[in-house]
Amino acid sequence: MLDVMIDILTALGVVVAIGLFMGILLAVVSHFFGMEESQKLKQIRECLPGINCGACGFKGCDDYAAALAEGNTKPNLCVPGAEDTATALGTLLGVEVEAPKDVVAFVHCNGNCTATSKKAEYDGISTCRAASMLYGGPDACRFGCLGFGDCAAACPTEAICVRDGIAHVDTTRCIGCGVCTGVCPKNIISMVPQETKTVVMCNNKDKGADARKVCKNACIGCKKCEKTCPHGAIQVINHLAVIDYEKCTGCGACVAGCPTGCLKSVSFPDFAEKEA
Amino acid sequence: METFKSLLVILLSSVLVNNYVLSRFLGICPFLGVSKKLGQAVGMGISVTAVMLLASAITWPIQYLILDNLGLGYMQTIVFILVIAALVQMLEVMLKKFSPALHKALGVYLPLITTNCAVLGVAINNITDGYGFLESIVSSLGCGLGFLLAMVLFAGLRSRIDESEVPKQFRGLAVTLIAASFISLAFMGLAGIVDNLFV
Repeated sequence: MLDVMIDILTALGVVVAIGLFMGILLAVVSHFFGMEESQKLKQIRECLPGINCGACGFKGCDDYAAALAEGNTKPNLCVPGAEDTATALGTLLGVEVEAPKDVVAFVHCNGNCTATSKKAEYDGISTCRAASMLYGGPDACRFGCLGFGDCAAACPTEAICVRDGIAHVDTTRCIGCGVCTGVCPKNIISMVPQETKTVVMCNNKDKGADARKVCKNACIGCKKCEKTCPHGAIQVINHLAVIDYEKCTGCGACVAGCPTGCLKSVSFPDFAEKEA
Repeated sequence: METFKSLLVILLSSVLVNNYVLSRFLGICPFLGVSKKLGQAVGMGISVTAVMLLASAITWPIQYLILDNLGLGYMQTIVFILVIAALVQMLEVMLKKFSPALHKALGVYLPLITTNCAVLGVAINNITDGYGFLESIVSSLGCGLGFLLAMVLFAGLRSRIDESEVPKQFRGLAVTLIAASFISLAFMGLAGIVDNLFV
């Protein structure tokens, strides 16, 4: 009996000893040899905001950090982190950086429940993507916001909410990552410069009469704004007003003259204020 | 001269006659999994060869100095798996540090090799065949090269299969397995060639 016990214990002891030895050896090896690279990666990772929004074009902050560590990409791609992150990464990696431009998301649609109607009842999966696959969605306007809130679900900072049938961006919370622009099946969300003064609240590219038929607030492409604008900042392309944000001074002449009210004066909060 | 000859026989027979993949059917998983592209196949083959060499260099002394002395020969499998897994992990860390380029080329295959049966098979067969230290090193080198040879041959064959019109029923894994069996049959024809080579 005792012999068997001793045999078992020896076997156990040997295996445990070898396992322990190997484990310690591995720990020592990885401590002395595996250190340097992960340190750099860790530092880079700490500079990034860590919300994994994907605006940089990588799978998340970790992926971007890995690409930065290998020097495969530029350090100014982080939109939420903006200038601070870019400069921090630049100093860390020892390269010159151009700061990313401040942008906010804007929903180019004002087809709320009172302005537009539905062409059909939709009962299916309640996402914009699914609804838009079925004859372009239940809304009368084929360009407008479907209001199922795919953008709201995708937003990493919960800056978007659906009110009165259309999505609204809370610009004080928007970090400008641009994720919502990609998920909207109607492509009505775009990133506009933070200093934008005037916006077009419509995306309808149909002729005036057709646009008017489906939505009271639609841009009818009457070109009145184009003629009114003293700075030549508005152009009607495909029956839809398009504003050149660089030329626009925010004088408000077009807003006053617009017959359907699809132009709107805005002032987005400054990024510096936002952080404060 | 006589030892050199016997080592050469061991080397050649483990490459051609007792090829691990094609005659002993060990390490089939990477053989089928990583043989789609020639570059990958070569990378995997070289990694396996390196690990086999290292593994038998470590496991041989462990068997004869520790296990046999304590009468624990039956613990061979567990101890060898433990040691080989740790060894591969260590190799990966070292490669990452000292040769990032090599790590990039071979690194992805290393975790696959940790519990590869061909590697364990070489370590155990070296003991069962009663090889000395030098002989077991040579034999594991041969086994690794044999694995590399099988991988390269099969990668070439698979790229041909990809381009050819395969009947629908045979597409995918079916035709791959049939092709593997043909190579295996072809290698059977090499049996006996090495023994008569040096007579």
